[in-house]
Amino acid sequence: MSAALPSAALRAVAPPGYLHAIARRLRHDYVTLSFAALLVLTVLAACCAPLVAHYDPYATGLLGRLKPPGWQGHLLGTDDLGRDMFARLLYGARMSLAMGVAPVALALAIGGTLGVLAGFYGGALNMAIMRTMDVFYAFPSVLLAVAISGTIGGGVASGLLALTLVFIPSLCRIAETATSQVRALDFVEAAQATGASSLSVIVAHVLGNVLPALFVFASSLISVSVLLAAGLSFLGLGVQPPTPDWGQMLAGLRQAIYLQPLVCALPGLAICIVSFSFNMVSDGLRHAMDIRA
Amino acid sequence: MWIYIAKRVLYTIPISLGVSLVCFCLVYLAPGDPAASLIPPDASAADIATIRQLYGFDQPVPVQFAKWLWRALHGDFGTSLQTGRPVLVEVSGALANTASLAAGAALIAFVLAVLAGMLAAWHRGRFLERAVTAVSTLGISMPSYWLGIVLIIVFAVKLRWLPATGMGSGAATFSWLDWHDARFAVLPMLTMALLPLGVVMRSTRAALADTLAQDYMQVLRAKGLAPHALMRHALRNALPQVLAVMGLQLGYLTGGSILIETIFTWPGTGFLLSKAILTRDVPLLQGTVLILALTFVFINLAVDVLQTCADPRLQRQ
Repeated sequence: MSAALPSAALRAVAPPGYLHAIARRLRHDYVTLSFAALLVLTVLAACCAPLVAHYDPYATGLLGRLKPPGWQGHLLGTDDLGRDMFARLLYGARMSLAMGVAPVALALAIGGTLGVLAGFYGGALNMAIMRTMDVFYAFPSVLLAVAISGTIGGGVASGLLALTLVFIPSLCRIAETATSQVRALDFVEAAQATGASSLSVIVAHVLGNVLPALFVFASSLISVSVLLAAGLSFLGLGVQPPTPDWGQMLAGLRQAIYLQPLVCALPGLAICIVSFSFNMVSDGLRHAMDIRA
Repeated sequence: MWIYIAKRVLYTIPISLGVSLVCFCLVYLAPGDPAASLIPPDASAADIATIRQLYGFDQPVPVQFAKWLWRALHGDFGTSLQTGRPVLVEVSGALANTASLAAGAALIAFVLAVLAGMLAAWHRGRFLERAVTAVSTLGISMPSYWLGIVLIIVFAVKLRWLPATGMGSGAATFSWLDWHDARFAVLPMLTMALLPLGVVMRSTRAALADTLAQDYMQVLRAKGLAPHALMRHALRNALPQVLAVMGLQLGYLTGGSILIETIFTWPGTGFLLSKAILTRDVPLLQGTVLILALTFVFINLAVDVLQTCADPRLQRQ
């Protein structure tokens, strides 16, 4: 019957979609929007760093070491080797942002897939996957990251591997719980009764119900990832000098806190602002997607 | 309830085994020959052969794991390459230092966070709630290693109220009752309290807001209960959940103290780990990680059991 109706009429009675409702809520959430704008601005500035910063982040100057902000055109002063802080902070944002997002994205793909499979098929597969996750869950996240990265040795790859492994278990658990809840619902059974394959049931019916919760949780992990990645490079693991990275800059300037405290506090402030913004955006997103609220 | 607790205790066994397996595999993650990471670079060919045989590197990996596990069960976690002392001796002294720091930090964080969470839940939708939310989000966003540096700048360098780093008269003679020693713990403890403060504030506020929105709270309100009596009812229902979050945080503090201890050169397990990483002392790294992870497993077990005992709703299941 409905096929006979003109599509415009259908659209008029159809309730606004889920994404529409979220977008409408977010549009009025100015706090979340402004922090999101700040993050977009940071990403843009990091991408276009050569256009924004006038100094070479690697150029050292023995005469201009640890100078205060504003000294001879150095907007935020210079570090212990006389390198321009503003340029280094901008170039460092690339590494810090990448190490915040990349491990979470990788873990989302791997952990999410494992969780959906475990939740959907249940039985022995669920047992094998989830018990393995329990073992990794039994490590405090900092300890696991430090143990893996510390044994392999420093470097971006080992840091990425360590952080990805840290985030997989929690994402896998969320995906597994959500999937097994959806799996028990009637429409999944109906789809299977009509002969739909497991893959098409997962793609058509399960993912749509699992992904929103998973995305919101993953977004809250980005700030953790930024903090952990900076922490690793602070310890001398992760990103290696002279590549600028906020955590490693903070470690390098640690000895100079008595001489130029303001400049030394800058990389930490940058980490703090970015991590805070990611948390605020994640909270806003969670709030907008929580239909009950 | 007892069946649940028994199950939970038994469950610790496979988890501990899995944790041990992961720690065992760490040696194989290290670049190069696993034996090479255990042997000092200046060892002679004969020594290398002896160590290979002693650690069983000439045998299949499962056999190696079994032997390694057997030794660990007997308290032999290997020997530090740097100091030549048994890993267990190195770790146990450091663990006490970390645990006391973590316990103090957890206590500070818990008391402050529950008070702030109560304030926020009570002033729902008003300025105070937003302030508490902002502070707690800042708590989970701020890198603790940076806060440590800022605290050192302010309180040790500028104001000269507290010492910057170290442990006073040294780990051996350190006394919590002597202010001369105890003042060294103030800054690291405050720094450590930051993250659990943020996390527990958030969960207290959420748990209390959930409880206050329940129908039975409406009934109590309709009966004309005073605000503080209402809060007492809500707190009693929300507290087991908050305690569980706090317990988990205590475990994270004990296992994840590496950054804070590195900044304050506090001779705990984290400091030991960072030394092990710096000197590429793999046996020490492996042993410390194993002991810390097992401690975390047992803290989690204790938290779960305590939560079951504290929450009558869980007892009935």
